[in-house]
Amino acid sequence: MVQSLDTLQETPSQTAGPYVHIGCIPTFAGLEGIYPEDLGKRAIEEGAKGQIITIRGTVADGTGWVMRDAMLESWQPDAAGKFPGQDGADPKVNGFCRFAADAETGEFELRTVKPGAVPAPNGTLQAPHIAIWIVARGINIGLQSRIYFEDEDNSTDPLLARIEQRPRVDTLIAKKTGEGEYRFDIRLQGEGETVFLDM
Amino acid sequence: MTDQGRLIPRNRAVHPVPYDPDYKTSMTRSPSLPLLSMDSTFTEETGPRFGHNMLGALDNNLILNWTKGAAPAVGERILMHGRVLDEMGRPVPHTLVEIWQANAGGRYRHIKDTYFAPLDPNFGGCGRTITDENGYYEFLTIRPGAYPWPNRGNEWRPMHIHISVFGHSFGQRLITQMYFEGDPLIDRCPIAATIKDRGHIDRLVAPLDMSKAKPMDFLAYKFDIVLRGRRQTMFENKPEGM
Repeated sequence: MVQSLDTLQETPSQTAGPYVHIGCIPTFAGLEGIYPEDLGKRAIEEGAKGQIITIRGTVADGTGWVMRDAMLESWQPDAAGKFPGQDGADPKVNGFCRFAADAETGEFELRTVKPGAVPAPNGTLQAPHIAIWIVARGINIGLQSRIYFEDEDNSTDPLLARIEQRPRVDTLIAKKTGEGEYRFDIRLQGEGETVFLDM
Repeated sequence: MTDQGRLIPRNRAVHPVPYDPDYKTSMTRSPSLPLLSMDSTFTEETGPRFGHNMLGALDNNLILNWTKGAAPAVGERILMHGRVLDEMGRPVPHTLVEIWQANAGGRYRHIKDTYFAPLDPNFGGCGRTITDENGYYEFLTIRPGAYPWPNRGNEWRPMHIHISVFGHSFGQRLITQMYFEGDPLIDRCPIAATIKDRGHIDRLVAPLDMSKAKPMDFLAYKFDIVLRGRRQTMFENKPEGM
């Protein structure tokens, strides 16, 4: 026998299901007026410092079919790399945003500020990135990933450096499609599968 | 800041398998390649905070919130309550808990739900609250009905309430479902069964809690939620030890 550990175990995840919007983005499900506005409706308020960008994309399943029922959340720092709550953080940057794949087209859109670089645990810098979390019917535990940017220096980012199969790095890098506009398509499974994280 | 160490790596053994042929949709919506496992960074260790002032007076009362208090929803009245803790057993105060559910007939108020059980004009189906300084939360709601869904030939979801919890860092983000003690459909549910260890399914089953039930008003079910904790040793507080 040994002493017993008094630590607890994390509550098991379950799929968010097809009706996740009811609880998380009520107006998307048709529940108008239950709250003054949906939580996480905007990543930034007017007047946020830095470059305002729009990231558009889709979430596709293992067959390549674009899903119409995915819900995403994002979390990021301001243009100077400071997260909300940190001293000196831009008060116009909420950092958190919630958005859904369009029910007809499957396209999602995130309007935000381009994030700054943030420190890595080893004292170096991580390249600018936005953390994302994806849930939907059929996803049994939320999927963590990150959006990096093709017009930033990603060469020394510690996370990207850990990806052994170098072509897979591209799955985490948003492609510039115009001034302040990026494309980031997510593939849950199969050809071009996005790198998902366990962090 | 009380949370300063790296997040404790997720023990995936307590969680569902991502790919499960008995839950058909998961077959094409699960990564087939390994996840990239790394220590958490500042990105995962920080997260959005929400203030109590965001909440409306009826936000955690699903019996009344859809009609703004004008008329109560149909169904078995219940109090759902519990604590949010981390793996170290510490309460998680001031964190947002959101729930959503079907009505007493098993019908969701969602543009995509076409089940012919009727909508309850007095029931919306979502609520939210923020834990108090000791990590406690509670909702007043109605017990949702079981309902059929397309998967195998004749599939029914057990009665359940969906729960979304934030914690204090984005890496703690969790969505799960609460089931009800004694529901025979739990054992037949392929979604519950995506968790392969029966002991961990049981952790999603809320017991009837008569200590919180109010005579002549509502029953109560208790549901505690555990989020990932943060590793902290005397060594890790020293930057040179990193």
